[in-house]
Amino acid sequence: MSATEALRQEHRHAVDPYKLGHGHPYGGGGRDYATGRGEGGPASKRVIVGYGFWIFLLSDIVLFSCLFAAHAVLQTATAGGPTGPQLFNPTSIAIETACLLASSFTCGLSAVAAGARNQLWTQVLLLITGILGLSFLLLEARDFAAMVAAGAGPQRSAFWSSFFAVVGCHGAHVTVGLLWLGTMMAQVFFKGFRPNIMRRLLCFNLFWHVLDIIWVALFTIVYLIGEGR
Amino acid sequence: MLGKLSWNAIPWDQPIPLIAGSVMILVALAVVAWIVVKGHLPYLWHEWITSVDHKRIGVMYVVLGLVMLLRGFIDAVMMRSQQAFAFRAAGYLPPEHYDQVFSAHGTIMIFFAAMPLMIGLMNFAVPLQLGVRDVAFPTLNSTSFWLTATGALLVNLSLVIGEFARTGWLPYPPLSELRYSPGVGVDYYLWALQISGVGTLMTGINFVTTILKIRAPGMSYLRMPMFCWTALAANLLIVAAFPVLTATLGMLILDRYLGFHFFTNSAGGNMMMFINLIWAWGHPEVYILVLPAFGIFSEVISTFSGKPLFGYRSMVAATMFICLVSFMVWLHHFFTMGAGGDVNAVFGIATSIIAVGTGVKIYNWMFTMYGGRIRFTTPMLWSVGFIVTFVIGGMTGVLLAVPPADFQLHNSLFLVAHFHNVIIGGVVFGTFAGLTYWFPKAFGFRLHEGWGKAVFWLSLAGFYITFIPLYAAGLLGMTRRLQHYDLALWRPWVLAAGVGILVYCGALACQLIQLVVSIRRREILRDLTGDPWNGRSLEWSTASPPPPFNYAVLPDVRGEEPYWQIKRRAIETQQLSAEPDYQPIEMPRNSPTGFITAFFCTVTGFALIWHIWWMVGLGLVGAYAVFVWFAWRDREEYVIPAAEVASVDRARRRARAEWLAQDAREEWLAAHPQPGGSA
Repeated sequence: MSATEALRQEHRHAVDPYKLGHGHPYGGGGRDYATGRGEGGPASKRVIVGYGFWIFLLSDIVLFSCLFAAHAVLQTATAGGPTGPQLFNPTSIAIETACLLASSFTCGLSAVAAGARNQLWTQVLLLITGILGLSFLLLEARDFAAMVAAGAGPQRSAFWSSFFAVVGCHGAHVTVGLLWLGTMMAQVFFKGFRPNIMRRLLCFNLFWHVLDIIWVALFTIVYLIGEGR
Repeated sequence: MLGKLSWNAIPWDQPIPLIAGSVMILVALAVVAWIVVKGHLPYLWHEWITSVDHKRIGVMYVVLGLVMLLRGFIDAVMMRSQQAFAFRAAGYLPPEHYDQVFSAHGTIMIFFAAMPLMIGLMNFAVPLQLGVRDVAFPTLNSTSFWLTATGALLVNLSLVIGEFARTGWLPYPPLSELRYSPGVGVDYYLWALQISGVGTLMTGINFVTTILKIRAPGMSYLRMPMFCWTALAANLLIVAAFPVLTATLGMLILDRYLGFHFFTNSAGGNMMMFINLIWAWGHPEVYILVLPAFGIFSEVISTFSGKPLFGYRSMVAATMFICLVSFMVWLHHFFTMGAGGDVNAVFGIATSIIAVGTGVKIYNWMFTMYGGRIRFTTPMLWSVGFIVTFVIGGMTGVLLAVPPADFQLHNSLFLVAHFHNVIIGGVVFGTFAGLTYWFPKAFGFRLHEGWGKAVFWLSLAGFYITFIPLYAAGLLGMTRRLQHYDLALWRPWVLAAGVGILVYCGALACQLIQLVVSIRRREILRDLTGDPWNGRSLEWSTASPPPPFNYAVLPDVRGEEPYWQIKRRAIETQQLSAEPDYQPIEMPRNSPTGFITAFFCTVTGFALIWHIWWMVGLGLVGAYAVFVWFAWRDREEYVIPAAEVASVDRARRRARAEWLAQDAREEWLAAHPQPGGSA
């Protein structure tokens, strides 16, 4: 066999050994044990969606890191007004933390229920997650109202500006999360456990857990270190 | 009812913005009327506005970028002519208007010209180069584009309704605080950038995911074309840097709208914190712009030198090095803050070190050309012009990185000349190289070479005649943003820069002529094979313009430069690869989600700028309703039947077979002279 003939054979052999374009746009056949990495070809949709959402969450963490940095810089800029430890309410903060951490746990359980395709338990656990999140928000709003009543609104000093910005931004995230949660409950109810709904539940779970992670950082930097000053 | 908005918001007493704005509105209305009367609206709606095809979105980004480039260029002409007249005189632009012009020029050029142009080219080329059918999140991609368009619309709206910021392209407090800028100008800036910034962040997420998770089988990281690597680096920077911009501008918004004290000069505010934060975004931003340009030059130089890129791996390393170090140099934008000798020294050294990565790239490009069979096409001219120009800009940058020198040059025209030197020489030249290079892939015909070369030479001359004098004026102490001046010493340099901008106007004219001529002669300039430049990467293996699914079967990548290997093999064996087994392809369905979301974001942004609170609520509820409506849809994809895929791909294969029969044989014989034989 001549060299040209060998090339020709190899060429013929190389045509689409992966049978792509079946089932979903990326992947299907082929070396699916390593899709999305190295030479394995495109990843599955579930991986793509989860991965992309993680990238978004990392960018969100960068956003929070700026607010944390601003809070650190303005830590002592109270302009003669009240300081943090004078107005922080440790009991309330402890209950808020408990609510949020518990909601993360129930959110995780709801993922287990969704994995088992159990409509009732998924809905119940998502509802409990929402109620815990709402309790957190109401308690936080009560804290804010007390601070404003004590003359420590965000307009009082740069310190309180940064406090309300960083804690308020987390609260805004929880609010958006609740809106999303309600939408997801409706979607699960009406659409069932379709693959795209499952991917959205995955993203919602990631989002909710990251809000917890941010709260842990917030608890440490704003409240613990703040109290220590 | 309408917040701060009233008839007085329209600048009846200022003819320039009024006329300019009216002309823009008339042109826009004329275009819309033409589209409607000619019956193009359904086509435009179904094929472009609601399209989630990365190629279409890329083209729309580029069109937006070019229109905004024109707008920013007009601002530049106004500034240069104002300074040419305003020697011991008032000139024709009053200070409050001149300040808006230079603020708008910087804002538009960076956010609404350079960014859309680069993102557009990435959108178009990256999935093709990776050998796949679309980006990770196609509808999100469309939403990103329309949010960017929203930002551009808001900035241009400020021309006729209200005013734009007078604070420069980065609104430094306390000037940008409510107390010193009580008008809506800064608010226009803030909301335009917040909305388009979200769009850019979504693009970053989309492309990082695409490049890391969706590549053709066999396309490992170190087989990706250089442009994909630089796009990856740029998008990683977007993901890491744009949230900083959002947070910083968010704090300024809180100051202005709710009386917070982040950056005020009372109640403990710290304005230097703004300057630190904004440059923590701002310095990576310049690399977000220039890294994709580096990728374009790598592709162009390799293609037109007929050689693989020299030092591919060192190029990858240099790219990622720049990506990382670009986050460690932000303080060199304000050495004069007074952080102290040690801090300034650290940032000065870091700034000098980042030039090493760029230096590696420059040498790699030169060694790619060395020994190559160079074809001086228009994209190649832009690339060679870039190398020379960018080196000059890099060297003045290293000068500015020395803190004691920076104290002298800070905020002078020397600085202005430096960053125009790197941004025009890098980003603008890169854009035009990329546009000329990928134009035939997008539209199926090449741009006219002669007029393209005229654009290049006039741009090159225009650039040097404009900005070399500004270096001199800066060294003579002329500061930036002067509405008028009295020193005769600066006069000749300012006039020379004015001549330069006239030369640049010639380049603009040639560019417009080039587009018209190319479209009229498109049959002569037609690219029949899909490979007009004898390219090396995968995008040249599909048809021009590519079918919606890009590749009938995903390419099987066996090494670097996969298409070059396929082509060589086809020429050597004198036949195409065997016809593949065609299968139906699922593609994402078009969706108006992005357009409608952007519409509501425009409403929200406009309402926030003018304090029309009920309209803010309306916009937000509308945006959320669109989101739920989109989430509710049941069919996300449509199927292209195998027969259609086959017929499209067979047409491409026929064109290839013809090409193989004609040209390739001659080329093969030329490259391999047969002893004693004849063809």
